Parts: sequence; C-alpha cells; structure tokens
Amino acid sequence: MLDPSLVRRVLDSALRTGGEFAEVFAEDARNATARLDDGRVEEVTSGRSRGAGIRVVDGETTGFAHTADLSERGLMAAAEAASAVARRGGGGTRMVAVSSVPEARPSAAVLPETIPKAIKVELLTRADAAARGEGSAIRQVTATYADSRRRILVANSDGLLATDDQIKTRFAVQAVASGDTGLQTGRESQGFSRGFEFFDDYDVEEAGRVAARRALTKLNARPAPSRTLPVVIKNGGGGVLFHEACGHGLEADLVGKRASVFAGRRGQTVASSLVTLVDDGTMGSEWGMYAIDDEGHAAARNVLIEDGVLTDYMYDFLRARSEGREVSTNGRRQSYRHLPMVRMTNTFLVNGTEDPDEIVRQTPHGVYVAQLGGGEVNTATGDFVFGMTEAYLIEDGAVTEPLRDANLIGNGPEVLTLIDVVGNDFAMGPPGTCGKDGQGVPVGDGQPTLRVRALTVGGTAA
Amino acid sequence: MTELSDLAALVVSRARPDEEVEAYVTRSRTTNVRAYGGEIESLSSAEPVGAGIRVVAGGKQGFAWAGTLDEDVLADTLDEARDNASFGQADRFAGVAHPDGVAPPPLDLVRAELLETPTKAKVELALDLERASLGRDERVTGVRVAMYSDSYGEVAVATTTGIEATTEAGLCYLYVSPLVEEDGDTQIGSGTTAARAPSDLDPERAVADGVGRAVRLLGAVKPPSRRVTVVLDPEVTAELLSILGGTLSGDAVLKGRSLFAGREEEAVAAGPVTLLSDPTDPGAFGAGHVDGEGLARRRVPLIEGGTLRGFLYDTASGRRAGRPSTGSASRTYSSTPGVGAPALTLTPGTRSQAELVAAVGDGVYVQEVSGLHSGVNPVSGDFSVGATGLAIRGGALAEPFREATIASTLQRILLDVVEVGADHEWLPGGAAGVTLVVRDISLGGA
Repeated sequence: MLDPSLVRRVLDSALRTGGEFAEVFAEDARNATARLDDGRVEEVTSGRSRGAGIRVVDGETTGFAHTADLSERGLMAAAEAASAVARRGGGGTRMVAVSSVPEARPSAAVLPETIPKAIKVELLTRADAAARGEGSAIRQVTATYADSRRRILVANSDGLLATDDQIKTRFAVQAVASGDTGLQTGRESQGFSRGFEFFDDYDVEEAGRVAARRALTKLNARPAPSRTLPVVIKNGGGGVLFHEACGHGLEADLVGKRASVFAGRRGQTVASSLVTLVDDGTMGSEWGMYAIDDEGHAAARNVLIEDGVLTDYMYDFLRARSEGREVSTNGRRQSYRHLPMVRMTNTFLVNGTEDPDEIVRQTPHGVYVAQLGGGEVNTATGDFVFGMTEAYLIEDGAVTEPLRDANLIGNGPEVLTLIDVVGNDFAMGPPGTCGKDGQGVPVGDGQPTLRVRALTVGGTAA
Repeated sequence: MTELSDLAALVVSRARPDEEVEAYVTRSRTTNVRAYGGEIESLSSAEPVGAGIRVVAGGKQGFAWAGTLDEDVLADTLDEARDNASFGQADRFAGVAHPDGVAPPPLDLVRAELLETPTKAKVELALDLERASLGRDERVTGVRVAMYSDSYGEVAVATTTGIEATTEAGLCYLYVSPLVEEDGDTQIGSGTTAARAPSDLDPERAVADGVGRAVRLLGAVKPPSRRVTVVLDPEVTAELLSILGGTLSGDAVLKGRSLFAGREEEAVAAGPVTLLSDPTDPGAFGAGHVDGEGLARRRVPLIEGGTLRGFLYDTASGRRAGRPSTGSASRTYSSTPGVGAPALTLTPGTRSQAELVAAVGDGVYVQEVSGLHSGVNPVSGDFSVGATGLAIRGGALAEPFREATIASTLQRILLDVVEVGADHEWLPGGAAGVTLVVRDISLGGA
C-alpha cells in the first residue's frame, strides 16, 4: 500500500516539531452490499475508502490529521498538520528505522470479491421466499448481504511496521408480521471474519424462517412485566450483558479518567465466583477478531475477570504508555479518519457446569431471554440497559408465553454479583457493532445459559 | 480546486442514453479539540471528501461510492454503479429526482467567522470549558470529555434529469461531561452548546447544564415501580421526536413497517400535539437548502392538533404513493437516499417547565433516557427505555432516582400527551427540544 522508505520519510517529518511518537495508519477498505426489500433486490452497492491517518504524540497531547491523498505530498501535509501540536523543538534529526513490509494473510479462504454478484443476490431471494413461506401474516421482509475487505498498514516511530488483511461477511434478515395486535418484527443475523466460504455452512433459508418465526411468535406476546425478577439468558443470546455491565467499564481510558465504577478495583472480587470473563481478539473467525489491532500489535487473549476477581483492564498504546506497561492489543479505530482508542474484541463468559434445562426448571418465576438486542451503559455509575427482542415468561419452572420487546436495566457491579447459575452450553452470539465516542467497530460476544437473580424488566404490565 | 458542481456535472455527462445518473459529491473541513488535565488531549483536523454515484437503468438501481474526488476513481465508481445496477430487480418507481420548480429556502448557514477562527482560539475554548467545569462546584472531581468541534461542509448534486443543486453549512459546538462525587456516589452529566459561529456559543450554559445535571442526581436511588405522569426534559423530547420521525417515513408506511400506515386524517395524538418537519427554519441545526436528491427543503406538516396530516417522502417513495417528494431525502455520500427528518419540531405551548411541574403535582421528571436503539421498536411501537431524573412531589422537583425504566407504546404516548411546554429550542441532534408532559407511563424500578 505504501513504500517503506516513504513511510520512514513521513514519520521523520511528523517528528520534526519535537513530538515523542509518530504513527502512520494507512487503510484501503472496500465493501459490497446487496439489499432486498419489499420482495425486490432494491439495491446493489459497492464502496471504496482509501487514506491514511497520522498521529503525533507529545507528552499527554495527540495531534491527528488524515488524508485520502496517499501521495508523498498528501502524506507530508497530513504529517505537518498532525505535528502542529508539538512545539518544543529539538526534533528533526531523529531517524526512524522501519523494516520491509511483511505480507499479510487474508482472513478468508474464498475472497468475496471473486464471487459473482448474481450469486450474492440469489442468497437474498432465497431468504425472502423462505421467510414468506412461514405464513401469510409475514407482510414484509428485508434481507441484507454485506462483505468487506480492509487492508491496513501501521508503522510507528518505535520501528513497528505491520499489516493486516481483514475480511468479513455478514447476512441478516428482518421480517414484519401483522396481526390483531398490530405489527411485530423478528430478526436473525450472522457474520464472521471469513470469506464467502461462510455460506458453505450457513443456511440463508433457515435464517429467513427464524426471523419470520420470531415476528410471528411476538404477535401473540403479552406486555413484559414492569418490575424486578429473576432473568435466565439463553446461550449465545446475551453476551451483550457483559459488554455493557462491565466490558466498557474495564476499558483503561475510562478507568484512567475515573469515569468507570471499576476504577481502582484490580485484584478485588467484583463478580460472583462463577464469572470468568475473557476478551479475545485471536478467537477463530469470530466477528471481532483480527491479526493485529489498529495500532499494529498482534491480537491477544486477555482474561478480565477470573473466578469473580478483576484481573486486568484493557489497554491501547496511549493508556499503556502512561502506566508504563504493555498494551493488551485493544487499540482500535473505525477507519483511517479516526483516532484509535480502547475497544473490546470478542468478549465472553466462559462455560460453567449446569445443565441449561435445569436452570429453567429451578426458576419458579421469571423471564427467559432468548435474544438480546443492543445496549448502553453509563460507565460512571455502572447503570446499563439492554433490549430483549425475543423473550418469554418462566412460570413454575417452564418457559411459557412470549413477551413484547422491552429494555432490562441493571447496575454492572451489582448484576455481576447476582449471577447465581452458569450453564455448560457456551455459544457465541450474532455479530455486533459497538459504538463509543462516535466510532463503530465490529465486536463479538458470547455466553452459556445463565441466570441473574434479580434484574429490572422495563415493560408495562404489573 | 475544482468546483464540486463541475465534478458532479462531469460524472453526469458520462451517462449513457438509456440510463439515469445522479452524482452526489461532498467536501468538508473539520476540527476537533479535546482538553484533559489542563492540556490538549487531542487535536484533529481534516478535509474529508467523497462521492456517491447512482445509476438507474430499466428500473434497476445500482450505487457505488468512493472516499475521494479523484477524477479517475470517479470514472471507475460510475462503472461500478452501472455494473451494480444490472444485478438489481426492476422497480417502476425507481429513479432519480426531477426538478420540481420549488425554490430552495433563502438560508445563510455559513458564517465567515467559523472559517476564519484560528485553531489556537478553538483550543482555548476547549481548555476553558474543562477549567470552568472543574471550578464550578467543589463536588466536580474530573471531566470525562471537554470538546470543541466544528465542521463546514459543501455538497453538490447533479442528475441527468436536470437537477443541479448545491448547499453548504457550517456548525460548531462545545460538549462537556463532568464527573461529580459526594459521599462515595459518582454521577456524570452532559452539557452542550451549538451555533453557526464560535462567538455565538454559550460555554457558560454548557458548563452550568453539565455540572447541574450531574449534581442533582447525587444520592439517586432506584424508585418503586408504579404508573406515573412524566415530565420529559427538552432533550428527551427531542430524542422521542427523532424516533417518531422514522415512523412517519412514507417509505416505512408504504412497505408496511409503520404503525401509522393507513391512518391519515385520523386522531393519532392528543390535541396539544402539532408536529412538523421544518428544515427551512434558520434556527434549526438540520436546516438546509436542498435534500439528498437535490430538491428544495420544505416545511412538512405531519400532525396538526393531534390529527395525522401526512408523511415524509423522497422521490421513489413519493412516486410509489402517487405524491410529490417532500424534499426529505437524507443521505451521506456512502449511502443511497432514504427518507429522513432533519428538523422535527413540536409547536410550543404557553407554560414554563416550572409551571408544568407545579401543575403535575405528583410524578417524575425524566432528565435522561438510555437504550433508545435497543428498547424502542418503531414498527410495533413498543417503547421501553432506561431513565434517570427527579421525583415530582407537591408540584416541585424532589429527590433523584436512577436505574429505572419508563415504558409505554409510541401510539399511547402520543395520545397521552397532556401539555407541551413553552421552552422550545433547536438542539444539535436535529430535532427541537421542548418540555413535554405525558400521563400514564409505567415506571419500572424496585
């Protein structure tokens, strides 16, 4: 993407005003999508974004500029803009050494760009037909196919030079059902850091049927309760609970500003002893995996909470530098137009020992959540919400009537201590996009079936 | 530097006789400064550009975009859009906009001062914001974000059907989120001020709001579950309007994805509710000359005195409905146009927030909501969000609460509106804020 000697000249130039650290992040990203709506393939799109972001760090101050112009002139102009924050002088003579660029291996067996568009489009029509086949109450179906390829090069003044070739493929179906109670929606999505081989073992027709059934089931749903109840969360359906309850609160940038309830609690018991929580950027072909993070460091598996004890926070370069420690490889950015910050990758609760069916049987009354939507957290107080998009009542130890959509609310540090049973059926959930300070990045989450002894369900029923 | 309109025209001139082509090109300038610990935490500057090209041939639509204005890349992008179009399925309503004779509103959305303000002055605004927040109250222990941000953007749209439109706008804002602590309890607040030029910003107010909103939540506890009348803070009302805007999209209505489908001229809301989309109002931060397809922005009445009057349309959804576009196409260069509402506003009432609180007597004041994207289903209307705020007791604001939910349905909320406040104000999110009183809401807590 960029010649190493050019990268070296740009880094030299970026340090000319006296900055202590400089970095070039170059990116060549392409994506392709196809969307079916209202029974028609409405649009097929493709996009390309190519450019570089240059960062200069001086003391606690970061200067940043980005450009779509990857010529020497464009990069030098961005380096000059980024270095304007460092005005101490004394730079200029430092020579940055960078080695030759290692070849990145794409995270795909079958590059999506080699697949004819007609084949991608056909996946949509099959999913649509399958969803509509679930009954005449299915009134609308949207199906989306998306693939992306993101090649990155990261070089910095510490001599690091690394590249990655990140490929992701995703499929989603949303169905709308209509009945006496109005309209209801159902959604099913899956995605991996893989190429088109994803569809070798993913059944798009089943995805259509699942989305349709979720919508149909909710036509008969009753309003969710409005009070505090035991909540059982199905395996693979609720990893977002940990993403919100403590994941964000364990990001070192928020901890460092004391904007997290988990600040100063390393080494302390913060959760039930059943909780071991891991963030793992190396994980198989999961949605949040990568070979290197967006600061050029090899992905890692980090244990955040072990048997209930807070073992460590997640770090990017800047936070690790100010604490004089190693990065945990959680420095990520949405694109070359953004500064990196601490972000999660694939965050999950490790397996427990209980039979999942037994967990429901041992719950006399509560809510069974089969699928959670997104969530949001106030890391300063620890209060977080997350939405249930497929849920049922538990009555006398059995899953019974479906419930309408609602948010659940809890406090992270409290909820972690209220997890009283963990199942042995670990599964990862659907692909997610995590938003923080205006940047979205792909993340994964997962958990076995588990129970929270008390959570507030935000419905309208008594 | 090539004029954007020339670039758009150049792309369109390469159309083949049997196809419609639309070029949407944009260029902007942005600055972002964050202060922390009395120093610049980060200073970012950039001049991002991009182009989105749509081709419609035989009723099939294709689209391609690129984050550059390089002419060779734009030529490739047009070819890519053309190739993509061949894989779509024909829709007789698909197509780019045609000039409709409506003149764009006479708006001046760019102040020279914004473009001329030196970076040093912007840095000072961010540093002052942090300093003033720390000094405002002894309970302020830190500031998570103290930020100055601005952008100036230009857009040109051209089509083979004769659209040749341009628009430009500048905006700057300050945002602060102070942390406060007392007796081991921590709360975080947020304060914002937005304007077309830095000298019109009100940093004092952002600081007062940010600190005040955090301090008054200190000591908050989980409230008991019950049915209550709620008084929504103007910012919460604006978020509610943004969700309602999506349900009033003509596209959602036609595709059976809106709870308002088939309800035109029916009473869908209480009498005090008059809702319109007005991007022609110079005070609106979502104001603009033309929409994402190059048609003039215009005022669109949606609900009048509780009666549903109409929906928002872009060109394609308008054709499907047999109506003209309402100039409501919303987009970026990397997306195709879709129906959006850039400037929703409720017609204000006559009483202040304090008078409304006094009239409610017993209920809750909701300062902030969370989980709007996870707990509100705009198709079914189910509405459930996290809420923090203050109890209302004896007609006055009382003790704070947190870790609660408020729930109803969008349909019920509109019918249960008791009164709209007089404190109407455009907010940077795109909708106008105003205090709103809604009865019979489920408060979920202990």
